[in-house]
Amino acid sequence: MSTHSSGETWSVNTPGAVNVSFDGRPLVAVPGQNIGAALVSNGITAWRSTRKNARPRGLFCGIGVCFDCLVTVDGEANQRACLVEVQEGMEIEGSCPDQGGRA
Amino acid sequence: MTPIVSADVAVVGAGPAGLAAAVAAAESGAAVVLVDAGAQPGGQFWRHRPETVVPEQEGKGHHGGRTYLDLRARFDAARGRGRITYLPGLQVWMAQQLHPVQGDDAGFTLRTTPTAAVAALEASVGTQTVVARRLVLCPGGYDRQLPVPGWDLPGVMAAGGIQAFIKANGILPGKRFVIAGTGPFLLPVAANIAEAGGKVLAVLESSSPTAWLPHLRAAAGVPEKALEGAEYAAVFARHRIPYRTRSIVTEVLGTDHVSGVRTARVDADGRVRPGTERAYEDVDVVGFGWGFTPQMELPLSFGVQTRLDADGSLVGVVDERQQSSVPGLFLAGEVTGVGGATLAVLEGLAAGTAAAGGTVLPEKTAARHRRFAEAMHRAHPVPPAWQDWLVPETIVCRCEEVTARQLTDARESLGARDTRTLKSFTRAGMGWCQGRVCGFAAACIGAGSGVAPTAESLSGSAKRPLAAPVGIGELAALETTDN
Repeated sequence: MSTHSSGETWSVNTPGAVNVSFDGRPLVAVPGQNIGAALVSNGITAWRSTRKNARPRGLFCGIGVCFDCLVTVDGEANQRACLVEVQEGMEIEGSCPDQGGRA
Repeated sequence: MTPIVSADVAVVGAGPAGLAAAVAAAESGAAVVLVDAGAQPGGQFWRHRPETVVPEQEGKGHHGGRTYLDLRARFDAARGRGRITYLPGLQVWMAQQLHPVQGDDAGFTLRTTPTAAVAALEASVGTQTVVARRLVLCPGGYDRQLPVPGWDLPGVMAAGGIQAFIKANGILPGKRFVIAGTGPFLLPVAANIAEAGGKVLAVLESSSPTAWLPHLRAAAGVPEKALEGAEYAAVFARHRIPYRTRSIVTEVLGTDHVSGVRTARVDADGRVRPGTERAYEDVDVVGFGWGFTPQMELPLSFGVQTRLDADGSLVGVVDERQQSSVPGLFLAGEVTGVGGATLAVLEGLAAGTAAAGGTVLPEKTAARHRRFAEAMHRAHPVPPAWQDWLVPETIVCRCEEVTARQLTDARESLGARDTRTLKSFTRAGMGWCQGRVCGFAAACIGAGSGVAPTAESLSGSAKRPLAAPVGIGELAALETTDN
């Protein structure tokens, strides 16, 4: 299945699920999704806070250019969530002191 | 020690230009290495769902999808014959010329690092060093951004980032969208969102359709663009997407996430017309795109001759064979001028053929597409008065959180009029993205309101000693191998 129809998403047609964790919390992702998409589709739209003003950040450029979406993946810091595909058992960590979805 | 892969022709980038270049070089008899940051071929334009999960891709939903499938088949065949060595998941962090003074015999070295340092990334083949006699750089581009108040809130994305999200994941990054900026690219982004089930509250285009009037001859030269436009118009009508011209987002609203936008009508220079302000509420994603910025750090690292293109972007100068001012170094795609995928493919084919020593015939189609691209750039300029939209507290450099006030202060009090001086005084462009996102805006602010940035200032922001972040271990290894 490579096309989508109105009102549907591809994800519902993709069999299986990938179990990952975000800051210790279990999340279900779709095979082939990148980490950014897995977080956003679980309602998490910010996962990093800026160094100076502690402002929330998530996806911005979506293609690996801006580095706004950095996460720690299985202990590897500074990985771009928009580029790394989810894998079963992946442990994802953000760096937002006040974790969670949007306000 | 890092493994070394040798070839006649190395190609960087597997988007429309790079894929075409690799295929053309291989079909001309060269041994080719294709290095790409992505996990699978296609680049941004032909980005698609992971083939590991969705093996049968139809190329549907992509303009030029048939071109992709054709190139992809030829690419796969050339790989099968051992003519193309494909290295996905690798970024080039340094490119060097081996014998800079020996003209035609010059060779090139590419040092690479994995795009993601995650062991589980199946596509990654491990760090490689590529050595080749000829080099074709097709690094593409990314959405150009102009900061406005609130653009650093989560939920604000690059317009192309929204499209990439949909293409790669098959889902939407939100529910209710406002798309703003300038250029025809906003149309497919909005259409993709609507077709995937999202609500597009408005597309705000800062220019006006009348801006096309002086360029109709150039537009008529590429009739397929009109067809494409008609398809989008049909999607807009079907989904009732309002397309508001001479309109901009003046502010993104929200505390920790986008909640809405304020908009206004503008005059031809981009000045807000008082009394035209309105607000959109209950918005969760805002997409901005102000044309594209070509990814210039690799061409600049060789000192190629550059020029300012009609859209104000810094691009590489090439001859009719796509060869840059550096012998043996070819450029194709957006780094020679933003012109879209069809042109990028034609340039890639020419560059790949020439790099392999083949004969390149003059291309009338490419010339038509270049004229169209120039007309498009002139009809969709960055509004000269855009800096008026900033408030002093607006973040311009997202990485280092440098405000508009800090930059204008550095310009006014310290005489910082170019990106390099602004960077040393304010840290704008010194963070993770190395000025990729704020470089154009910082160059504009240094130049002053209404003044276009110079090639020198844009080049100051796009010159990056390391083209990608790299670990200290890789730097250390470089010392050892070169000693």
